[in-house]
Amino acid sequence: MEFSEHIKTANVEDVVLRQTLHPPSRGTLCVTGHHLLFSDREEGSCRQVLLLLRNIDAIEKRISGSSGTISIKCKDLRVLHLDIPGMEQCLNIARSIETLSCLEAVSEMYPFFYRPSNASLQDQWGLSSPEKHYSQMTELHDRWRLSTVNRHYSVCPSYPPAVIVPKNIDDAMLEKIAKFRQRGRFPVLCYYHRKNGMVIMSSSQPLTGANRKRCMEDEFLLQAVIDGSDKGYIIDTRSSQQALQARITGGGFESKSGYSSWKRLHRQMERGKALQESLIKLVEACGDESHNMDRWLSKLENSKWLSHVQTALSTAGLLAECVERDGHSVLVHGSEGTDSTLLISTLAQLIMDPCCRTLEGFLALLEREWVQAGHPFQQRCSHSAYSHARLQQESPVFLLLLDCVWQLWRQFPLALGFSEALLLRLATEAYASNYGTFLCNNQQERCVLRVKENTRCLFQALLRPRERDGYSNPLYEPTELAIWPSVHPQSLQLWRGFFLRWTPQARHLEEAQEEIRNMIIEWGKLALS
Amino acid sequence: MEHIRTPKVENVRLLDRSSGQRKASIGILYLSATHTIFVENNPETRKETWVLHSMVSSVERPPTIPTGSQLILRCKDFRVFQILIPQERDCLDVHTSLVRLSRPEKYSELYCLSFNPNVNKVEREESWNFIDLMDDYKRMGVPNNLWVSTAANSEYRVCDTYPSELFVPKSATPAVIVGSSRFRSRGRFPALSYFHQDTLAAVCRCSQPLSGFSGRCQEDEMMLQVMMKSNPGSDYIYVVDTRPKLNAMANRAAGKGYENEDHYTNIKLQFIGIENIHVMRSSQQKIIDVGEMRFPSMTDFLYGLENSGWLKHIKAVLDAGLFIARAVADEGVSVLVHCSDGWDRTAQACSVASILLDPYYRSIKGLMVLIERDWVSFGHKFSHRYAHLDGDPKEVSPVIDQFLECVWQLSEQFPCAFEFNERFLIAMHTHIYSCQYGTFLGNCQKERRDMRLHERSHSVWPQLWKDRAEYTNPLYKAEQSQSQDVLRPNTTPYCFKMWKGLYNHVAKSTPPRQSPADFLSAVMEESHQLEEELTNQQEVPPGGTAHHHLGSRQEDSSTDREANHVGEDHGSEEED
Repeated sequence: MEFSEHIKTANVEDVVLRQTLHPPSRGTLCVTGHHLLFSDREEGSCRQVLLLLRNIDAIEKRISGSSGTISIKCKDLRVLHLDIPGMEQCLNIARSIETLSCLEAVSEMYPFFYRPSNASLQDQWGLSSPEKHYSQMTELHDRWRLSTVNRHYSVCPSYPPAVIVPKNIDDAMLEKIAKFRQRGRFPVLCYYHRKNGMVIMSSSQPLTGANRKRCMEDEFLLQAVIDGSDKGYIIDTRSSQQALQARITGGGFESKSGYSSWKRLHRQMERGKALQESLIKLVEACGDESHNMDRWLSKLENSKWLSHVQTALSTAGLLAECVERDGHSVLVHGSEGTDSTLLISTLAQLIMDPCCRTLEGFLALLEREWVQAGHPFQQRCSHSAYSHARLQQESPVFLLLLDCVWQLWRQFPLALGFSEALLLRLATEAYASNYGTFLCNNQQERCVLRVKENTRCLFQALLRPRERDGYSNPLYEPTELAIWPSVHPQSLQLWRGFFLRWTPQARHLEEAQEEIRNMIIEWGKLALS
Repeated sequence: MEHIRTPKVENVRLLDRSSGQRKASIGILYLSATHTIFVENNPETRKETWVLHSMVSSVERPPTIPTGSQLILRCKDFRVFQILIPQERDCLDVHTSLVRLSRPEKYSELYCLSFNPNVNKVEREESWNFIDLMDDYKRMGVPNNLWVSTAANSEYRVCDTYPSELFVPKSATPAVIVGSSRFRSRGRFPALSYFHQDTLAAVCRCSQPLSGFSGRCQEDEMMLQVMMKSNPGSDYIYVVDTRPKLNAMANRAAGKGYENEDHYTNIKLQFIGIENIHVMRSSQQKIIDVGEMRFPSMTDFLYGLENSGWLKHIKAVLDAGLFIARAVADEGVSVLVHCSDGWDRTAQACSVASILLDPYYRSIKGLMVLIERDWVSFGHKFSHRYAHLDGDPKEVSPVIDQFLECVWQLSEQFPCAFEFNERFLIAMHTHIYSCQYGTFLGNCQKERRDMRLHERSHSVWPQLWKDRAEYTNPLYKAEQSQSQDVLRPNTTPYCFKMWKGLYNHVAKSTPPRQSPADFLSAVMEESHQLEEELTNQQEVPPGGTAHHHLGSRQEDSSTDREANHVGEDHGSEEED
């Protein structure tokens, strides 16, 4: 497809850009296949705004007389207004934005065209692979093996080609188990707790259905997981009622009779549409201009976003407690095992494992638990809070994760090696990016489109020396201890950095962060001299 | 001592509920003339808990339970202690004693008049000179050719709740002052609170006029006229009535009210809508209840927060201050502020405006000066509002709590703009209620003088100043723009949050936590030392200034471990 066929007007002069925190400026607006470019023409100023069209969530146009205004609402919650002279030009620009901002074909997206000078396509893609991860964890090798049963993505399309499973479960058994689990997501290892040898497994729901089907191999696999220990926990991210209902549609849960050593704990977590609606309500509340305190608090409550943060952190805390305090292994799943399952498993690892709290460690964790484990980024992040489009598979699960990590970061400002800036960057990149990392829904799709060969890797870019400084936490002091978050409502706060990022208030907080950084640098210099 | 029936009870269980303590500790309870003291039996810790009688706001006696009789002690700093006494008779005795001891009837029963820190007479006198308000007026350029000192109120002749030394417009004659004072509630005539040198605009304060529906007073009109004239840059003044307009109108029926714009030329009247002390009292009670909820859901919490109305009131106070600061700094227009009596909402609005306008008041010493000026000297009724003596409960109201909270909310928005930290504000709060020092005793300057407080007690300011290292915000940079400029806070509702540090002690009681501020203070101190060592020549061997002492502070990496922690109940929801 040619992008040019969607661009009737490529350049408009004399456009006025209005945006909070900046005075209005007059300049030239350009539309290209992937970008909106505004450059200031006023004397003594060379302001340029380069916006990925993919970042645009919704536009509104208002025509009055011979000119028009386009309001652009971005997925990173920024709002821009463009006053464009000429009704036709305005309409043309609007139409181009509407079409080009939601192109369906992944291979036409910007990451496939992005060619920065400072990196070549031969650079390493990604931080690690399941193979490497396994080979590094030598303590696993006694009881666990790396299976390549999924090397052609035929057993489970959303899993990576290699996964870690109990040693005595062979590939033939895995194939059978995959048929018993929704979309083939059989139980695999996601975390090994060095302190006591306990593990976190994840999977999707078992397909027991209304007639309570069983699968011996599945039961055998789980038994192998807790071999030598008296019991394990299954954390089901649905309420017991929801789990029961799932049987009607062919899903279900692990029954007492088949899995006698496993104790099921149900924690209902919101997912899908409800989560997306929660985000929309929250963003709407943040934009409320009535200056009425009661209204704000009731809208904040009504959005339920902070309740979701609380539930996610407390369920992750429960998971970590089972592993770290009780010394038991845990299997986590909801229905599909691609959303809330990953959310709480990731948070639990941050709580327990100091290795995940460094900048590299955290990015590697995201790569493993979200990108490789098959969180459907493309479906979940195709629209954000402003879109008027009918909701399909959108759901801000990854954003909820970042919010929860921010809460941890705020409660333990010294324990995490990365900064708030990193979380903000990730929140933006997941929705619109120059990099290929969050493209597609799983490894199979990425393989088909040769994402690895044709795009750049975000995680590698974030770790480059120049970027790295801004994404590290100057106050970082590693601790071996678990960091148990408080989930008391008073301890949880609205993530201002993200939700109120484009308000004037954010500037003072950034200044403070800058000040902290400078003090630490100064101290470092002195200590060295 | 005659109020203490049983000075010592053994086998008492004490639970510090507000710190999130779960298991009561067993020990001995002592009652002294000034404190309730609990000493743990555990020979290893022998932990002592001291509660000043004047900090106790209520003593409840819930029904007796099989293991003994209970007492619940609620403190003015929002701590809550649960006490279990084996014998009902002992419990009754302790209860009766505490009820009496926590409600002193005379000032002479108060701690500050028996508290005797180890300083001599000279030091005590010096302590009272630590803050000199005249120095502050000089600092802001007063007196000058616009504002002068007046002797009208010497010996408190014109207004007994005002300080004796006051500043008024240069052309305000004694006759005008006295006339205006007769037309104002309690004689509180317009006087200078703050003078802004950059724009020559001023903030003045007074009480409501006794106008009723149609009354007027030539001298009072003259007073406002000369106030306007004392600002060469403007031909009108704002009169800010901090009350809701309805309340102000209702006051007219009682012969009070607000300025009639037809009678006063060149004024612009502005109502702000801060509620009265009774509304604030009940609102604070609600937010205390929110802070005490044991395992609230997010919905319970946010609903409670909304229902308390507390943040709405905080916003109103901040908005009032912001309106005044903008008028003075941006428009260069002088502002006259009043409410009813001019000692509660007026004090709040004026002092918030000063904080916004002048970076000096954002320093440790500056905040002391500000409180001394707008609150202590201008006759804020500390003893009534903070229940220093047993008295009318309707007079009690958290007026200064709200001011301190406004400052805290601002410091959250401008992390580099304040020299002091949250601890300083909380320490101030405690001292205001505790009566450990004489500074906040009484209801006005005259009362303090009549009590001879300066001879009988100590001032709190030098003590706080001595401990300033503990109260310093490491991010404060005096030369930075955030610190230097007029502060223009965002007062959109989402900028306000519950002040957890004040209302919930759980966080404070946990062992050395992850505090960036403490870390940075340590870093600063060390950088400072390193610098000194460097300048003191290279006596230090290379690498000898290692920064090890900063390590190993994370003894317990958990916040609020006890309260509402994750997954207590390993769900019993299993079904098959």
